[in-house]
Amino acid sequence: MSRARWTLAVAIALTLLLAWFVLYPIAVVGAEAANGTAWHDFLTRPGEWAALWASLWISLASVVLAAAIGIPLAFLFEWFDFPGRKTLGALIALPVVLPPLVGVIAFLFLYGESGFVARAIQALFKLEQAPWRLQGPLAILLVHAYSMYVYFYLFTRAGLARLDVSMLEAAQALGADRRGTLWRVVVPLLRPSLAGAAILTFMTSLGSFSAPYIFGGGFRVMTTQIVATKLNGDLPLAMVETVVLASVAVVALLILRRTEGNDILVALGKGIAPRPRPIRRAGVRRLTTIAGWGLAVLLLLPHLTLGLVSLVPYGAWTTEILPPVINFDNYRRLFSEAERLRPLLNSLWMASASTAAAVLLALVAGWLVVRQRVALRRVIEGLLVLPWALPGTVFAIALAIAFSTNAPLQLRFVLVGTAVILPLAYLVRALPLTGRGLLAAYRQLDPSLEEAAASLGAGRWRTLARVTLPQLRPGLAAGASLAFVAALGDIVASIVLYTYETRPISIEILSSLRLAETGVAAAFGVVLMIVSAVVLGVGARR
Amino acid sequence: MDALVGPARAGNRTSALSGFLEIRGIEKRWSPDVAVGPITLDIARGEILALLGPSGSGKTTMLRLLAGFEAADEGRIGVGGEDVTAVPPARRRFGMVFQHYALFPHLDVGENVAFGLHGGGGAGVEQKVSQALALVDLTGFERRKVHELSGGQQQRVALARALAPEPRVLLLDEPLSNLDPTLRERTRRELRHVIKRIGITTVFVTHEQDEAFDLGDRIAVLNGGRLEQVGVADELYERPVNLFVATFVGRANVFRGRAARDLGGEPTPDGQVLVVRPERLQFGASGLPGVVRELRYTGPATFFLVEGEDGERFEVLAQPDAARIDERVHVAATRVIVLPEPGPRR
Repeated sequence: MSRARWTLAVAIALTLLLAWFVLYPIAVVGAEAANGTAWHDFLTRPGEWAALWASLWISLASVVLAAAIGIPLAFLFEWFDFPGRKTLGALIALPVVLPPLVGVIAFLFLYGESGFVARAIQALFKLEQAPWRLQGPLAILLVHAYSMYVYFYLFTRAGLARLDVSMLEAAQALGADRRGTLWRVVVPLLRPSLAGAAILTFMTSLGSFSAPYIFGGGFRVMTTQIVATKLNGDLPLAMVETVVLASVAVVALLILRRTEGNDILVALGKGIAPRPRPIRRAGVRRLTTIAGWGLAVLLLLPHLTLGLVSLVPYGAWTTEILPPVINFDNYRRLFSEAERLRPLLNSLWMASASTAAAVLLALVAGWLVVRQRVALRRVIEGLLVLPWALPGTVFAIALAIAFSTNAPLQLRFVLVGTAVILPLAYLVRALPLTGRGLLAAYRQLDPSLEEAAASLGAGRWRTLARVTLPQLRPGLAAGASLAFVAALGDIVASIVLYTYETRPISIEILSSLRLAETGVAAAFGVVLMIVSAVVLGVGARR
Repeated sequence: MDALVGPARAGNRTSALSGFLEIRGIEKRWSPDVAVGPITLDIARGEILALLGPSGSGKTTMLRLLAGFEAADEGRIGVGGEDVTAVPPARRRFGMVFQHYALFPHLDVGENVAFGLHGGGGAGVEQKVSQALALVDLTGFERRKVHELSGGQQQRVALARALAPEPRVLLLDEPLSNLDPTLRERTRRELRHVIKRIGITTVFVTHEQDEAFDLGDRIAVLNGGRLEQVGVADELYERPVNLFVATFVGRANVFRGRAARDLGGEPTPDGQVLVVRPERLQFGASGLPGVVRELRYTGPATFFLVEGEDGERFEVLAQPDAARIDERVHVAATRVIVLPEPGPRR
């Protein structure tokens, strides 16, 4: 009995802790926004409505564009065989694992008005000015489409891989031609995958900050509008905007969830996936190969450009097509100047701390939810995944407001301005990643393994160390590496909550860009990219 | 190997009447309607007890109560005079072989077997591991990966792992259900051989009568959470205490009313039924009249499905040429069992 009571006590403690830093700050913002007078401001200013509308249509358009790129790519790589299929197929999924900020500045250096391409065209045609300015909604959409097609690509490929080839054969045996099979069998079966990708793309676009922040110019979406209002010091209005964005996100998620349909559709298809068909006609085959490779290069070009820019010393590259000087000056400065090394170290320790905490909480949650099946398990699971459903901006503002007042009786403390607040913000965002990874791994773990350990005389801690943790390791590593990379590349929480002492890489990249130190910014970007890739590579190892 | 077969384990068979493993009124209530027990059972040192029952009969719950994975709501469990009811599984020193073996996939065979061996240091552990593996005929398998093994080999590794720490009692959960039928019979013999050689007190769960008869010294029949009967195989088969045991253990024809009178020679008392095993029926000149409807040929003998005049159907096991389909026959019984008609369960 006392054991059960102890379990319950842990469950309650965990629930309260999660509620305190995940739910409570949002509740504070909601309550204060409801009491304030800023609703009038929000409702009467056209700029606010414009930002809300912009957020919605940009997100919808991002879904359409990402689908238009990702779905055909998935069919191409899953159903047709051509030289380099496997390597390319893996390569073009890369953008999804890199921090959005890296993608955005890479895009800037390639297609921006002083980017590689614009510069080349300017030099080629001897233009006075850059041929275009990469700004406004179109630029944002371009970046979104470029980074988010991967969701559709991966989800569709996974869906196609789960298809049962005998189902396609059955359709053909029943007289359906190839197109009929596609529309009447394949597409309906893919629906859950496509809906999943659409939800992910929509929610990511809605919460996207770095692309609108850097390419928006005067064009504002809700995320950038909120941060701008907050930085202008109009807290009441910022709170109202936050509540609006959070509500939109929740409503959108609820609506989109309904499109997902029945999972049974997928579960049924438990057969052999269709094998990729070699393309017979030599001409088509050559064309497909070229197109595939061309596409891959196109998609990876921004990151290559980032590498190139990082090698150009400050002020050395002016009007030439190719940089006249290339060396490691920027990297040398980055690692030798104390003030530049600092953000790197800041980011590393804050990401490590938040990841470690997120893993620990996920472990306790997994044990309580899956193994002990405590009464609070749905609440705990809900709190774990809630940060996934709401844009990062919402949490950034909520934490900034809830923890800038000292009111111990309301469980509010001044954390803003201390070294704790950014790791806490990263932790909130990390919870869904480690939580999902761990819960999934825990559910797959055969309980009789732990029982076997117990029957062999292993106590609770020995069982945890020797059996449970080794078995959970893949899920744990995957979740932890994603959480670490997300913390490392975070920008919106950082902008709202950083102090000079605790400034992370993303802030340093932005200030380098502002000072036109593109080389240093790019070098930071490359470091971020490499660390992320290494961490994710380690995390994905079995 | 001698360490495992040592005299402490071989035990004192003469004291077989006293319970080494004592189950006293053990009960587990899942909900007001679903409960297992109360069950009282004594298992002698070195004895192999089979828990036999259909799915949902509570046999697995019983095994998990013994292992300590479930906490009993009532009753107690004792082993060698020590009350272990509240002792957690880790300190109970009961070895368990799980239905799906539960081998640790991240450890190799040797590490799996060594898992329960504490202290003593490298050489001692290594020696015990190789002894345990030798016992199940897997000498030299220490460094093999678990998933590289066949189902039968995995089962033997699981047995070696459970035996290596020299447990007081061995528990087996459907030990053979994951093997294919041809392998099952052979493994059954080997399993019994190993257990008997060590002389360890063993409880195993099965839903197959053959397995229970073949592997168990005694069989406890469970149904709906209750213990129906405990006994050796022929006791259960020839002298079942109720209709459930009679029909669950072996094949049985149940007769009521006129058919029962024709077979038994005198009217069956009210509230009683007549049970006759198929091999205890034979075709003859007089007796219960009927028509042969179907034949099922099994090799040495044939099952004849006979329909009586009141529409009742029963099976007769006889020589393949004893009757033909549609033949009118008379059936007589050489041995009948009279059992009470089961009333509504409490």
